[in-house]
Amino acid sequence: MHEADLPALHRLMVVARRLDEEAIALQRQGVFPAYAPARGQEAAQVGSAAALDLARDFAFPCYRELGVAVAMSVDLVGYLATHLNVWHGGLYDPKVSRLAPFNAVVGGPVTHAVGWAMGAKFDDTGGVAITYFGDGASSQGDVHEAMNFAGVYRLPVVFFCQNNGWAISVPAAEQVAGGSVAARAAGYGIEGVRVDGNDVVAVFDATRAALDRARDGGGPTVIEAMTYRLGPHSTSDDPGRYRTLEDERVWLDRDPLTRAAARLSADEVAAAEEHAATVVRGVRDGLLALKPPPAEELFSFVYREPTPALLEQQRVWKESLDA
Amino acid sequence: MPEFSLQQALNVALCHACEDDDRVLIFGEDVGTLGGVFRVTDGLRDKFGEHRVFDTPLAESAIMGMAVGLAVAGWRPVPEIQFDGFSYPAIDQIANQVARMHYRSRGVLNMPITLRLPSFGGIKAPEHHGESLEALFAHVPGLKVVAPATPSEGYHLLRQAIADPDPVIFLEPKSRYWHRETFDPTEPAEIPPPGTSRIARPGEHGTLVAWGAMVARCLQAAELAAEDGVELEVLDLRWLKPIDADGLARSVARTRRAVVVHEAPLSAGLGAEVSALITERCFADLRAPVQRVTGFDVPYPSGALEDEYLPSVDRILTAVQTTLEYRRG
Repeated sequence: MHEADLPALHRLMVVARRLDEEAIALQRQGVFPAYAPARGQEAAQVGSAAALDLARDFAFPCYRELGVAVAMSVDLVGYLATHLNVWHGGLYDPKVSRLAPFNAVVGGPVTHAVGWAMGAKFDDTGGVAITYFGDGASSQGDVHEAMNFAGVYRLPVVFFCQNNGWAISVPAAEQVAGGSVAARAAGYGIEGVRVDGNDVVAVFDATRAALDRARDGGGPTVIEAMTYRLGPHSTSDDPGRYRTLEDERVWLDRDPLTRAAARLSADEVAAAEEHAATVVRGVRDGLLALKPPPAEELFSFVYREPTPALLEQQRVWKESLDA
Repeated sequence: MPEFSLQQALNVALCHACEDDDRVLIFGEDVGTLGGVFRVTDGLRDKFGEHRVFDTPLAESAIMGMAVGLAVAGWRPVPEIQFDGFSYPAIDQIANQVARMHYRSRGVLNMPITLRLPSFGGIKAPEHHGESLEALFAHVPGLKVVAPATPSEGYHLLRQAIADPDPVIFLEPKSRYWHRETFDPTEPAEIPPPGTSRIARPGEHGTLVAWGAMVARCLQAAELAAEDGVELEVLDLRWLKPIDADGLARSVARTRRAVVVHEAPLSAGLGAEVSALITERCFADLRAPVQRVTGFDVPYPSGALEDEYLPSVDRILTAVQTTLEYRRG
């Protein structure tokens, strides 16, 4: 992917941005109980996910990966349904979309990617796992265990860290000893690269290089995409308590959408906006039409076959409804 | 008919599971070259190769997290965590990930993971090598919990756990690893139906409910009681989640007295769950309140005090006496 593919990446970023804005609006309108905005991180998310081969790769996200879902063509109503509080993991099909369920334990999915990568290596599918986590998650033991595992076994996995500067209110300087997540890779004997996370083409190229290396048996890569969360951590957060407007202004000047748009024609940008508006309308309509799952599903999916105790609890619950 | 120790029976079960399903993967700390610190995986790497049986770095959370990813990729992971107390660092992966991925994905992602966990005390081991964590795991929705008491159970239950489409925590009573029994693993008539308990000794004056190593201790107690004319039934629960509530109720409704025996601390232990199930189902039949004989609410003690901690035959018989002599107000 090079300059010539920028229009396609820009289109995906605009969808992610406008959908993110719509999600915040839905939260303000009382439709979403809460939402974790991704504004400012579109280039990191779209650029990396667009580099995946959806026929054989698999992604393991945390909870702020709307741009990843957009670039992977995940059912967006299903993806955002988790914010609607309809079902924790979302309503999309992880197997079909190649995106594991929405996961709120930062660091947890990073080990899953390593296991998946080992399975893909055993099956010789050429598939690569990518896992998304933040600078805050990089402090978690699971991330270190996962990187060490992947280094020992030289597994086809890409550790994609979106360093957005803030683990809720704690700045990266107080979160990441040594200042760099990518630099840690050296300690695990694996590749580590830092990339301008607001340059969508640069992110795409770095990710494609890491995926190619993994496919060729070159082992894992840590990519640290340097970016910024322009909005709050969640709709319940107040960044005014921990960072300055001046800081936000500096990063606003590096807005990944503005940067990409500057290299495109006015017509291309207008067409992207029009496309995004259509997508957003469709997703909004889809979300508003979404009904809560049948209450009986409270008991579904705990096991492949419900246990006698669970069936008994379901029966008692049903009786209490009928009473 | 061949004779097996529990450790050998588990080894054979793993071997047969690997033969029957080439998606079964065995991994953990020291399970490869060494064959496990208890030799339960002895010889399996030579037989099935280092892709099927492999050593991992010393990282319990990643072992379980990796099992999740392998399951997503369509494998059937059988990880080992070397000792009960070392499963604590992996609790997040076990409770938040392994147990929930099926639910979270609305049934799309299956987690046919069997965590083998050398468990319970009785071998005078160092700290963190003698814990009983069954209540912790049984409390987590999405997990199943099993504990064999004998070599034949070890074989059959482990085969069932590995074949199960859901995550199973398989608690191996390490104090019973070297206990021997004659049985034929290929004999279908011997295979217990999944989810069922077993009457290890029939009796009519009361039921001792136990699992793992405590089954053998309860059998000892029952033998002594029999010398005094008290015939105790010993119920080996086997499945701790889901519990065979019907089997439990059948036994207690007949014997009308129950004593639950476990190694784990008393408070909020599985004995409370068993007692509640008995009370719910057998209240009218009971002639005395259900008694519990358990470890104490202390961290698992060092070897010098272990015998004070573990339910002894004397403590079990005292509890039996209490139920026999119980008189209503």
